[in-house]
Formats: sequence, C-alpha cells, structure tokens
Amino acid sequence: MSTLRTPRLTRRELLTGSAALGAGLVVGFRLPGRALGQQRPGVFAPNQWLSIDRDGLVTIVSSVPEMGQGSMTTMPMIIADELDVDLSKVKVEQAPANPKLYANPITGNQAYGGSRGIRDHLALWRKSGAAAREMLRQAAAQEWNVPVDEVDTDMGTVIHKPSGRKLLYGALVDRASQLPVPQDPKLKTPDKFRYIGKEFARLDVPSKTDGRAIYGMDVRVPNLLVASIERIPVVSGGKVVSFDATEAKKVKGVREVVQVSNGVAVVADTFWAALQGRKALKVTWDDGPVGSVSSAEIMRGLQDAIKEKGIEAKKVGDAEQALAASGRTLEALYFVPFLEHACMEVMNCTVSITATSCTLWVPTQNPGGTQQTAARLTGLPLEKVEVVTTMLGGGFGRRGEQDFVIDAVETAKAVGAPVKVIWTREDDIRHGFYRPSTYNHFKARLDDAGQPVAWWHRIAGPGILSWKGRIAKGTLDGSVVAGAADQPYDIPNVLVEWKDKDYGMPLGFWRSVGSSQNAFIVESFIDELAAAAKKDPYEYRRALLGKSPRHKAVLELAATKAGWGRPLPAGRARGVAVAFSYGSYAAHVSEVSVAPDGKVRVHRVVCAIDCGIAVNPDQVRAQMEGGFVYALTAALYGQITLERGRVQQSNFHDYPMMRIGEMPVVETHILNSGEAPGGLGEPGVPSAAPSVTNAIFALTGKRIRSLPIRTDELKRA
Amino acid sequence: MIPMTVNGKREQVDVAPEMPLLWVLRETLGLTGTKYGCGVAQCGACTVHVDGRPVRSCITPASAAQNRRVTTIEGLDAKAEHPLQRAWVEEQVPQCGFCQSGQIMSAAALLARAPKPTDAQINEAMGGNICRCGTYQRIRAAIHRAAKAPGKPKGATR
Repeated sequence: MSTLRTPRLTRRELLTGSAALGAGLVVGFRLPGRALGQQRPGVFAPNQWLSIDRDGLVTIVSSVPEMGQGSMTTMPMIIADELDVDLSKVKVEQAPANPKLYANPITGNQAYGGSRGIRDHLALWRKSGAAAREMLRQAAAQEWNVPVDEVDTDMGTVIHKPSGRKLLYGALVDRASQLPVPQDPKLKTPDKFRYIGKEFARLDVPSKTDGRAIYGMDVRVPNLLVASIERIPVVSGGKVVSFDATEAKKVKGVREVVQVSNGVAVVADTFWAALQGRKALKVTWDDGPVGSVSSAEIMRGLQDAIKEKGIEAKKVGDAEQALAASGRTLEALYFVPFLEHACMEVMNCTVSITATSCTLWVPTQNPGGTQQTAARLTGLPLEKVEVVTTMLGGGFGRRGEQDFVIDAVETAKAVGAPVKVIWTREDDIRHGFYRPSTYNHFKARLDDAGQPVAWWHRIAGPGILSWKGRIAKGTLDGSVVAGAADQPYDIPNVLVEWKDKDYGMPLGFWRSVGSSQNAFIVESFIDELAAAAKKDPYEYRRALLGKSPRHKAVLELAATKAGWGRPLPAGRARGVAVAFSYGSYAAHVSEVSVAPDGKVRVHRVVCAIDCGIAVNPDQVRAQMEGGFVYALTAALYGQITLERGRVQQSNFHDYPMMRIGEMPVVETHILNSGEAPGGLGEPGVPSAAPSVTNAIFALTGKRIRSLPIRTDELKRA
Repeated sequence: MIPMTVNGKREQVDVAPEMPLLWVLRETLGLTGTKYGCGVAQCGACTVHVDGRPVRSCITPASAAQNRRVTTIEGLDAKAEHPLQRAWVEEQVPQCGFCQSGQIMSAAALLARAPKPTDAQINEAMGGNICRCGTYQRIRAAIHRAAKAPGKPKGATR
C-alpha cells in the first residue's frame, strides 16, 4: 500500500466535528426577510459575524462561500477561538449578499477569489470574536460588581476568578447588548489558541458523505421550472438571428421557449424534458467576427506578436545591453494553452422573481456581484435582491462570473415563474472564461561561472483584466505577469515585458491565474540555466535566492524532505520548483518516470508550504493535495482549442481529468513562518507542473516547453 | 408507470422509459444526493446501485430499473454510518464534495465484491470517478480504512 499516512484527526476532534451536525450546521438556507447584524431582543449581536441568544446558542456567519477550501469551518474556528466558545455547539450560517456588512475588508467587494478567505479576514474575525468576549466579561463584571480583570472565560462561560462564580454567556446577552463595542479588544496570544493552528474536522464533511449537502443544482422551490439554454455556439460576439420552436414545444413537459442574451432557453417541467426540447429546436446564428478565429490563427498571431516590444512589467539594470555582451546566451520559447475550469458541478442558478423582490439560490463566489446583476436586470433596488449562496461544487475562479446568473434571471423574467437554469457539461466546457494562452520568449546570459547576468522575458497573449475592461488597453495587466515580473532570483539585469494579443476569447481567473503558467515558464527556464551551467538545479536556485528568504526556506524544506540527491530506483528522476503566489510560498519536488509509450507517471510529490499561519493544518494539506492534482491535470491533458470560433472540446472524453490511478503520493510539510497569513486555494498550483516537467528533463533530457505534455514526444522508439 | 424499489421503498414513477434514472431520482423522487456531472458516463458522479451493482445513472434508462432495487447515497445506510461514510469523515476526504456520493457508491460496490481491495483493485473500480478537487489520495486511504473496519458487512446494498 503506497498511500501516505498523514497524521489524522484524533478521536476527540472527530467527535467534536461530527457533533456539530447535531448542533445544526445550517448551510446557506436563510429564509428571506431576516436581517443580520441587527440588534434583536434577547440576542447579543455585537457585529455581523456572530450572535448569542439567551439559551447560549452561538451563531457564526461565514461570508466566504464554501467551494471545497473549508472556509465554512476555518472561519468559525477563528471566531470561536477568540470568543472562547465550543465550536461543536456553534451554528454556522452562510452570509446573504450584503456588501455593507460582508464585503472583503481588503477588496471592498463581496466576492471571493485570490485565496483571500483567511488572509484578508483573519485579523477582522479575531477582533470580532475578541470584542464580543470582552463585552461578555464586562457584563459579568457589572453583574457581580467586580473589576473586569478578575473575570475570565472558558468555553462559553464567564468566571469570576477569585470567587469561582460562573455565568453562561446566554445569561449575559441582555446586559452585554447595552455595552459599547470595543474597537481594539485584546487578542489571545497564540499559546492560548484552542482552535487556530489545530486539526479540526470540517463541519460540512458529514453532509458531503450522505447526500444531504445542498448545491445549487439541488435547490427545490415550489412551482419550479427547469431550463436548458441552447447557447450561441461561438465563444463570444455571436447572436441569435431567429429560431423555430415548433418542434421543441411539442416535447412533453416543455412549457416555453424564450430568447435570452446567451441563446434560446427551453423551459420545462424537468431538466430532461428541457434537454429534449433543446434538441428539437432550430436556431439560426450570426457568428460575428470570432466565427473565423481558429487556434492555428491564434498561434500564428502570437508568433508574430512575440517579435514586438511590449509593455514593461519589470526592469532591473539593462538586460538588453547585458545580453549583447560576450558570454554564453540561452534562448527558449514557451507556450501554454487556454484552459477551462471544469468544476464538477456545472454552472447553474435558480431564481424567483416577484413584482417587489428577487431571490437567487446560486453556487457563486460572488454574492455581491450576483446581487448587482439581478438588480440591474430586474430593475429592483439592491436590498430587494436576496442571494442565497449554496454549497459550490467547485469554484476555481469560474464561479465569480455572472453569465449563469444572467441566464437564470432573464429566463425567469421571461416566463414569470421560478426557474432553475442548468448547463450541460458541454455548455460548461464550451462556454467558459478561459485561462489565457500565452507565448513566451526567453533570453539569458550566463557569466563564466554559470551565473545568470541577464534575464529577458517577453510574454505575448491576452490579459484577463484588460479583456474584462477593468483596466485601460495599453496599460500593464498585472494578471498576465504575476509570477513572471516578480520572479525571485537575484539577477542583476532583468526585463519582463507583456505584448497584448487578444482574439476575443473570454478570459477568466483560473486557480492561481497568471502564476499558473508563469511559474511553469520561469521555473522551467531557470532549470535550463542550471543545466547549461552544469549545476544541480536545486543548488543553482538556492544560490540565487539570497534576496528571497521565504522562497529559499520552502525550497530547502521540500528538498530535504524529498531526500534531494539521494539515489532513486532506475528509471526515476526528481524535479524541483518554487513559487510565490497569493501571499504564500510553495515548493515542490516530484519523482517521475516515463513509460516506453511516453506516458508520464508521478510517483511521489513533496510539497513545502509557508502560508504564514496554518489555521487548520489538515486543510492546508488538503489544498496542497488538490492543488497538485489541478496543476498536473492541466500539464498532462489540459488544452482548449478553437475552430471557427467554437471550442472543440466538449466533455471529459476530450477534456480529460486526472484519475485515481494516476494519483501520486503527495506529502505536505508546513513551514510555520509566523508571517502574515497567506492564501491556500491557489498556492499549491504554480510550482507543481514545473517540478514534474523538470523531472522529465532530468530523466530524459527532453525539455517540455509547451503544455500539455505530449506523450508522442517522450515515446522511446 | 415504471415500478422500482428505491432505497427499500416501492415506487411507481410516471416518466418516459428512456428518461435517465439520474433524473428520475433527482427530479421525480427528490433524491438529490446523486449528481449530474457529465451525462455521458465519463465522471461517475451519478453512480448508484441497481441490484447491488454500480451503474452510471445518467445513461441508464428508467426502464432498465423496472422492478429492480435501486440504492442511492441516501439509502446506503439508514444512519449514514456505512464503514465508508465513517472512513470518509475520518480521513476528511471531501473538499467541494460534489463527486463524493458517486465515489462512495463506487467504493461500496467494490468492497461488496472485494472486502480487502488492493491498490490496483481500487484504481480499477474507482477509475471512472473524477474528483476535480483532487481528493484521490484520501479516497484511497478511506477505502483501505473502511476495509479494515470491524463490524457489520460492508458494501452490499439491498
């Protein structure tokens, strides 16, 4: 048995986590009409994050949608720790859309991406819990007429230390509600943490093993109709010219056929009927300008664009002059394809609209944006739009978009009944917001000792922020150069440029965004330099990381734990890579073999992660395991191609996913640096693929400069 | 009307015979624990048992379940304490969780015929189930854990 034995939860912790079910984990199904964060009689609610009723029931509101990253557990862990209550007795609710209360304090939006759960909220949530605890202590001090510093707490109880008198939190809610909320409450010292930094079983896991967890797809409301949309086939810019619904309407169960922005919606009693109706529909399309775009044309365009000077993203010294000097120069071209997120749960949204209100049940990373979209489309004021965030069957950046919300609101408006729009897998793959494809030109010069003196990197391709219109054309799109402009190696002359080349392909934030490709590219090219210098790739990196101590520390930890340099069985080799993204530092060492038919096999992966503080270490490991699979899936199989403006892939047969038989042992080591908290959803991705492709080079001498990895190029004749 | 037994309960469903069992379960009977992932038997999210054998309900017509015993994740164990369900909690397997009903149903069918499965048997039996969150390492560990669990017979569903 090759399965890694990671330390798992103790029995007590397990019982604690499971018991939370009985206490009533409520997932996103707040009924309309009840405002949060409001003072209600008999309820102590010093802020929007928590409340305590007279019976002592603690309710914690999680603002971060649960898409698998465990936020629905980690966030309550943080508050319960400072509030000093038993987390197993806490009720957890998902926040409604209300940016005034629940916006991310850093971004100002109630939208969640960028691995921002813990890192943007840790301080705020600790303070929220601590403020409430301080007020409860003060309330008890008043009650007993004693100095407040004689009052302590212990798991939902206040204690007068000298006399041993005790009161439950519930007994103090009325008095505590009268007190001012302290703005700068005293926080626990880390040695007093009860939950933060400890393994804690996820509150949502039991409901995800017996079918009870409710995802967007599973929402049922009275008189609900179900719709499937025959989507405009080109990826962008197409239109419906006309449609004939005669045959579609003859299908049993089909109620209505209506045109919406993204195509023609067939509305029926059941999804199955809607699909049959959709098949019978006849639509004439106008493809628009993207109808002539193909991947071959995009590639030719990128090959031309890479020759042109771009926008400067990073300049240190004078790389062009340094390249012109004598010495050994290297040059390489790297290509990465468009990728689709492929969430296990396809896009969907359920909407009910009345004359005065609109309710949406939706698996979204963007409750705030959803509220705005629905308000705009219905003409209702924001506060009349209720957004219920269900469980998300995967997010990865895809569910921050609004297209599926628009589908459902427009369809529900058109038919005047509650509607759930469900996409097919084919819709999902063909109508995504794709990770940008880029073409990259590298030049470097090594001095006589093999050290790099010039690093020149030009990226050609489209930018997400630029395509979305969030920044002006002609300005630098930070999403394109993340992980490239901030490459960590100490090189005296560096130039990183971006040449914008946009073909109208819809673009989106794909788990780790720019770093998803740039770490592959940068970490491959530095590996090329090490090979050219005839140096060990680990030692070569290490020597260049003098100004990047956190990179260096995770690199060293991964290499040490992986036994870097120790002999491996014949036919195996190791590769290494390191990257910063979303506030965290990660390094991977992968052990790889290549079969005679060119099939790549990853046997063991050692990952080191410095996320500052690990709130729930088991979930840190889970994210590293999952991040590796996401990255390796893309490296082995991922590519979206276009023909006549249409995505050629459609389902898992031609957009394959890694499966259990390909799963390596992933071993995660957490480096507790004590620095500011970093992200976790994304940082497990960037350095994963290059650790594998660098191992392939070490084993075969073949440098992978284009993804996905082509087995035919690795085949041994 | 198509008669079938679902999670031990006799049902008469009024659907077209070609309608996939997946949608009968989800929409007609309200058993939403079984998921739609691909519609073409490529991902395994829709896995249920028909007469104790794992099937992809997204391509199984309702007529094929006529007079058969269908078991979904909701009916795997009355108290949701099947050794696999316990192991899934103990190993903290799910992340987003969307695929896990199908994973557990595939694993339950595996344990029913191979109470102590090897890694190779796990790869073979679970190879049709995609997990996009990448929980495969924990799925494997949980299956091995369940296989070692003492007590009641594992896997077989009625």
